[in-house]
Amino acid sequence: MENIKIKAEKFNFYYGDHKALKDISVNVYKNKVLGIIGPSGCGKSTFLRSLNRMNDVIIGARYEGSILIDRRNIFDPRMDVVEIRRKVGMVFQKSNPFPKSIFENVAYGLKINGKKNRDLILEKAEKSLKDAALWNEVKDRLDKSAFDLSGGQQQRLCIARALAVEPEVILMDEPASALDPAATAKIEELIQQLKENYTIVIVTHNMQQAARISDYTAFFMMGELVEYDTASKMFTSPSKKITEEYITGRFG
Amino acid sequence: MNKNISEKTGFSILRLCMAIVVIFLLVILFDIISKGIGKVNWEFLTQPPRRGMTEGGIFPAIVGTFLVTLITALLAVPMGMGCAIYLNEYAKDNKTTRLIRMSIRNLSGVPSIVYGLFGVVLFVQLMHLGTCILAAGLTLGLMTLPWTITASEEALKNVPQSYRDGALALGATKWKAIRTNVLPYAVPGMLTGTILGLARAAGETAPILFTGAAFFLPFLPRSVFDQFMALPYHLYIMATQHHAISQVRPIAYATALVLITLIFSMNLAAIVLRYHLRKLKKE
Repeated sequence: MENIKIKAEKFNFYYGDHKALKDISVNVYKNKVLGIIGPSGCGKSTFLRSLNRMNDVIIGARYEGSILIDRRNIFDPRMDVVEIRRKVGMVFQKSNPFPKSIFENVAYGLKINGKKNRDLILEKAEKSLKDAALWNEVKDRLDKSAFDLSGGQQQRLCIARALAVEPEVILMDEPASALDPAATAKIEELIQQLKENYTIVIVTHNMQQAARISDYTAFFMMGELVEYDTASKMFTSPSKKITEEYITGRFG
Repeated sequence: MNKNISEKTGFSILRLCMAIVVIFLLVILFDIISKGIGKVNWEFLTQPPRRGMTEGGIFPAIVGTFLVTLITALLAVPMGMGCAIYLNEYAKDNKTTRLIRMSIRNLSGVPSIVYGLFGVVLFVQLMHLGTCILAAGLTLGLMTLPWTITASEEALKNVPQSYRDGALALGATKWKAIRTNVLPYAVPGMLTGTILGLARAAGETAPILFTGAAFFLPFLPRSVFDQFMALPYHLYIMATQHHAISQVRPIAYATALVLITLIFSMNLAAIVLRYHLRKLKKE
């Protein structure tokens, strides 16, 4: 299909002897949101972190199979991991602003990627903060520490920071799990806007959230992909009993 | 009731331990300050010793200690930080790494005289440096290395992993992530530990005894290949090796006072640095 952005094919992942992902095959479509759900330890974060090769830093990690982004295998030895991570941005579960000013946080990705022109950095930082729906709240205090922001604002700052390097895909690892309902609603609204320009893969523990924001949903359990379908189908008439049990909250 | 008594006795014993330590420290400080302060003046700090070291000042010893500590720092600071960065950021956590780390910890417990003798063999004889500032500084540098490595590694460990991950996820190479998003937050802690190590080196006698410190020199060192006078060694001579005991005793006390002041100010600098670091972290 034309609009497949990411294609995982028989992807296996091991931590040492432990097989964390088993034969995962899944497609992520361009400008759509893929929600990944599943009980703790089911491998959903491992899968997410494979998509930008953040698992490379883990000692003893191994993989089999392939993950194609724009039809190129990201595990191909010729692929530059730095290039992949620029193209595939990431927002972590615990917001991790750097101990710098708000502006410096957003500018960081641009600076390490060799951008020196201050006007250009300013312009892109402003655009990223606007895209992350944070600009109006911080425009008068860009030089203040990022730690002065509230939890929800910090997470949106991390999103702005990821947007600044102009990725094509954004990975989100339970981005709202530590936030209150109001801040969560803002993040969800933001995700809906972002998918116009980006492809989004989001891991979440929250069924309602997955149902609200994702176009496609993947249900992981014990390292296996149990079910993968459009969100509307999965949350109304799942094809497997275990999926139904999980999304109706009978375990997990 | 019984509980109360044992509680009180326990605390009293702990308090006594504390008091004894403080009293010893105060007695030593009082003794040195009261007997040395009268001799310390501008002339004492800026003049060389005269008349068989019974008069004059300790300027060459101050210069010598300063220079040798500088050499120590030039070796121990970059190498210590480099080793720490490698161990903490790059080395795999396997047997070899653990063995290296354990050896480094053990090296910090090796008596300083052993470093002194090692310095003679390696720098003075094998490398033909002769007895000089460079040989003594390198010897002290080797002695300080375990301290700077350990302190620097601790400082690196205190930087949250999320700073590294965040930078990598934005497309930083590993070294770039370390340089721009780890080191800036580790350096103050690294420096704190390093200064404490250097302060210890500046007060050492044994490692410089055979590697470059001189009994008396009528001139200041002109290069790193000259011998030098040093405060701790000068103090040792004044206290035990000089024949005119009553004449040089005040000089010995004054030298001790200058040395203690120097080391105290270095430690104070480290404390101030640590204080600012903590304040930064809270923000």
